[in-house]
Amino acid sequence: MERRTIFGHRLLPMILVAPQFLLTLVFFFWPAGQALWSSVSREDPFGLNTRFVGLDNFVDLFTDPLYQDSILRTLVFMVLVSALSMSIALLLAVFADRVVGGKTIYRTLLIWPYAIAPAMAAVLWVLLLQPRIGVIGLWLNHHGVAWDYHLNDTQAMLVIVLACAWKQVSYNFIFFLAGLQSVPRSVLEAARLDGARGWHRFRTIIFPLLAPTTFFLLVVNLVYAAFDTFGTIQALTQGGPGKATETLVVKVYRDGVVNLDIGSSSAQSVVLMVGVVALTALQFRFIGRRRDA
Amino acid sequence: MNGRRDTVAHVVLILGALLFVIPLWLVFAASTQDSAAIARGELSLLPGGGGFRAYAQVLSGPVPRMLLVSLGMALAIAVGKIAISILSAFAIAFFRFPFRKTAFWLIFITLMLPVEVRIIPTYSVMSDLGLINSFTGLWLPLIASATATLLFRQVFTAIPDELIEAARMDGAGPMRFLWDVAIPVSSANIAALFVILFIYGWNQYLWPLLVATDPKLNTIVIGIVKMIAVETDTDWPLVMATAVFALLPPVVIVVAMQRWFVAGLTEGEK
Repeated sequence: MERRTIFGHRLLPMILVAPQFLLTLVFFFWPAGQALWSSVSREDPFGLNTRFVGLDNFVDLFTDPLYQDSILRTLVFMVLVSALSMSIALLLAVFADRVVGGKTIYRTLLIWPYAIAPAMAAVLWVLLLQPRIGVIGLWLNHHGVAWDYHLNDTQAMLVIVLACAWKQVSYNFIFFLAGLQSVPRSVLEAARLDGARGWHRFRTIIFPLLAPTTFFLLVVNLVYAAFDTFGTIQALTQGGPGKATETLVVKVYRDGVVNLDIGSSSAQSVVLMVGVVALTALQFRFIGRRRDA
Repeated sequence: MNGRRDTVAHVVLILGALLFVIPLWLVFAASTQDSAAIARGELSLLPGGGGFRAYAQVLSGPVPRMLLVSLGMALAIAVGKIAISILSAFAIAFFRFPFRKTAFWLIFITLMLPVEVRIIPTYSVMSDLGLINSFTGLWLPLIASATATLLFRQVFTAIPDELIEAARMDGAGPMRFLWDVAIPVSSANIAALFVILFIYGWNQYLWPLLVATDPKLNTIVIGIVKMIAVETDTDWPLVMATAVFALLPPVVIVVAMQRWFVAGLTEGEK
């Protein structure tokens, strides 16, 4: 991917690349470096001296049952959100791909939710699920279900999974639909002649052809569930009740910004960085695609 | 056979569409109802009761200012990201210079450092630079972009050598070439990216929450979450009228530019 014909200047390109480079240095590498340093150091109680403590913060972190719980909770949450969101999106994309009338309208109706902010998804779900004003919440309470996600751990988790998965459906839909549209007509025609149709045709022919799209989306969805759901969770449950919906990012925020425990929160940041690096590497290793803009 | 299958498709798609339209409709319906009725648990599926009182009230409060902050932030992020990414991608694609590879990799690595994983240290950098509670602080740190740089590099690399040769014959320098050839060639990508980045900027939550505590710098999304965080005596029609204003601009942009943005999003994915 290297160009043969190039311009001969030397200073100009360095000026052109400078803004991006400086911003990256100041707002990415400097803070990341500080996070690394804070994660291996500790301040005395008066904040006067900082000393190197090696991996102590990490040992503390991983032996803390609360952190272990948060890791497990986040993993479960990531898997649930990704699975739910992707399966609904795939179902809708399959039908949107083959429906004859109203193709454009259906597409628009399923694509517009891309515009909804994660935090706004929470506002939309409040009107459905809030126990005292929400349509479904009220209905449940009238019918003998003690529904209140501010009190019940499982219900709280269910609510944030629903809202976060719901918000991501349109993104997945866009990619699945594009994937389906690039399945060659000749393949489908051959399958039809062989008598493969319906579920059988989908399972044996279309789904395997969608594998690259599915894998790409899986990584994107895991990253989304881990990092981009902060707004939804914060607006719906603030990580509660107790710690029932405290994902790793919510925990970093609570520990660092609310409780000002810098050492632990930096160690947590470093753990998250390692997580993102692993996921990104996985993605580029297998498909070499970009994650978002 | 085909008729029946088509019916199934319509049913599934209509249910799918309702899954998204109903919550949106409820937001609108609630915004026109009586506050006390909603608080009593009498949220109706039909609009009415309170008229457009909530809208009038919202527009005379802090909401116009919040909308302005959100708009400014979204535009600054979209335009800023596109501008600096075009420049750096142009440099990397068309020149040889010392540390070119290093610059590329350093930019590339930022892909792996979303703000969520470096909350505290970024905050301290921001406060060292005096950017806490400033409008600049809302957008400047967010405009460095690895993905946009990668995208433009890809587009620029695909420009045929003949075009560059021709430009050289005409005596055009690199900046002339950038302006007259490279940017026009990538206009479809720029449009698609603009939509994606505008939405990204408009929808920010954690970042503005972190760097701007001054209510004057509240974005509309921050404003709403603050409104619903008050559990008692929430004036729901007011919250929902605000939500309508928060949702309208990004939704209109996505729907209006749907084709470009879908193509831009999925391009290079096939």
